[in-house]
Amino acid sequence: MQNNDDIIIKVRNLSFARGNRVIFDDIDLDIKRGSVTGIMGPSGTGKTTLLRLIGGQLQPTAGTVEVDGECVQQLNRSELYRLRKRMGMLFQNGALLTDMNVFDNVAFPLREHTQLPEQIIRDLVLMKLESVGLRGARKLMPSELSGGMARRVALARAIALDPMMIMYDEPFTGQDPISMGVLVRLIRLLNDALGLTSIIVSHDIQETLSIADDVYLLSGGKVVGHGTTEELNNSKSEWAQQFLKGLPDGPVPFHYSAADYADDLLAGVDDKPAAGEAV
Amino acid sequence: MSNWLQSLGMACLGAFERLGRASILFVQILSGLPSLFGRVSLVVYQIYSVGVLSLVIIIVSGLFVGMVLGLQGYNTLVDFGAEESLGVVVALGLVRELGPVVTALLFAGRAGSALTAEIGLMKATEQLSAMEMMAIDPIRRVLAPRFLAGVIAMPLLAAIFSAVGVIGGYFVGVGMVGVDDGAFWSQMQDAVDMYDDIYNGVIKSMVFGVVVTWIAIFEGNDAIPTSEGVSRATTRTVVYSSLAVLGLDFVLTALMFGEI
Repeated sequence: MQNNDDIIIKVRNLSFARGNRVIFDDIDLDIKRGSVTGIMGPSGTGKTTLLRLIGGQLQPTAGTVEVDGECVQQLNRSELYRLRKRMGMLFQNGALLTDMNVFDNVAFPLREHTQLPEQIIRDLVLMKLESVGLRGARKLMPSELSGGMARRVALARAIALDPMMIMYDEPFTGQDPISMGVLVRLIRLLNDALGLTSIIVSHDIQETLSIADDVYLLSGGKVVGHGTTEELNNSKSEWAQQFLKGLPDGPVPFHYSAADYADDLLAGVDDKPAAGEAV
Repeated sequence: MSNWLQSLGMACLGAFERLGRASILFVQILSGLPSLFGRVSLVVYQIYSVGVLSLVIIIVSGLFVGMVLGLQGYNTLVDFGAEESLGVVVALGLVRELGPVVTALLFAGRAGSALTAEIGLMKATEQLSAMEMMAIDPIRRVLAPRFLAGVIAMPLLAAIFSAVGVIGGYFVGVGMVGVDDGAFWSQMQDAVDMYDDIYNGVIKSMVFGVVVTWIAIFEGNDAIPTSEGVSRATTRTVVYSSLAVLGLDFVLTALMFGEI
């Protein structure tokens, strides 16, 4: 069932809290079909949480997430799984299954969800691996791959079922410049060649801005900036400028909130740390 | 005083909450079992992993436990001139108690800890989340086959333990201290009852298999996804399973053999 709406993901009035900590406070987001959308913000702003809310792994405290016309929160388990078959997700460290080699990892969703003969699975897997440049690495185990290669294998696995969209969770973190360049190129290339919609959650500004059609900036549970790369660069928002230029102090303070410095020093001892659990 | 009461209350609430989560997981795993009918290879691989790979420790331990039982039994029985009943002592001791209990303890240490660590690390490295996002239910694909494998492997391991133990007792009793060969076997054959002893031993080992595997899988799935979290979960698996096995053994023994 393909919805022809131009907006593939609609997030409306979304709030989410973990205990007393508010992660999102009434945010709205629109992701356009066929676009590469960057979601950026400092560490700990809940960017990964947003992906989990879109994927239905977490339930919001309020608001809705609509993916391709279906409200994720109202789906039952089998409907959610049916929707997830059309969503790919690339985890931060690849999340490859460590007891299988590269080939079997990419074949895994095909074998689980289809009854295709092994010969066709082989062809499909080789095609997916070829598209990320790792056809020659198909016999390697995940432990033998570099971080960049593991992410490319995970990308091949994410596109194995030909999804309509892919969510990338911090795809550039900890990559050398060459792997980074490869990933940046692959994300854009696959998005355009396969007609996907891509969401990149990242705090690597240059890489994300270089391929994103649309960017959302998140901080403190709110959307603090939205627009194309050019619009954001020209933005007057102090917050956007601090983030895009990497300034140490600004609307996001350098210091974690704490009691007054002098009072703290004079207070003497802190509370005792909790004792370890004994079993 | 109120602090102490408060932390006691919190500890109790925490324990009940964990028990609740464990029970929910147990039901989810049970409901995932029918889906394994078409996936026998998954279960076979796990039986290899938790069962076959535990064979060495089970056989070696069984042999030594049987030998010790033979020696200690002989030393006591010989005082009463009843050393020819050694076969009965060894067989009943193993089939009723030591086989299921010691196997379950070894199983918790060898296979249970491995299960917890494996599942905990799969969680920590987001493999379980990745499966969920690929629309594959980790409970059916990862947890249910491991549970079934543990429940199948445990009684088999206990049977092997008891059989090897009897052979160990035979080596010592007949081979070393000179109990009559024929008496050793014939008295054993007379005294060991299929229903009262062997079936009850098998039931015990099945119950232990369910409990140990359940604890191991729950602890892995519930582990805090960090190195420390997984290490604590592994420790808890061994401690809780051992305590559960010993406690349940008393209950089961009282029900099966006692006059309570």
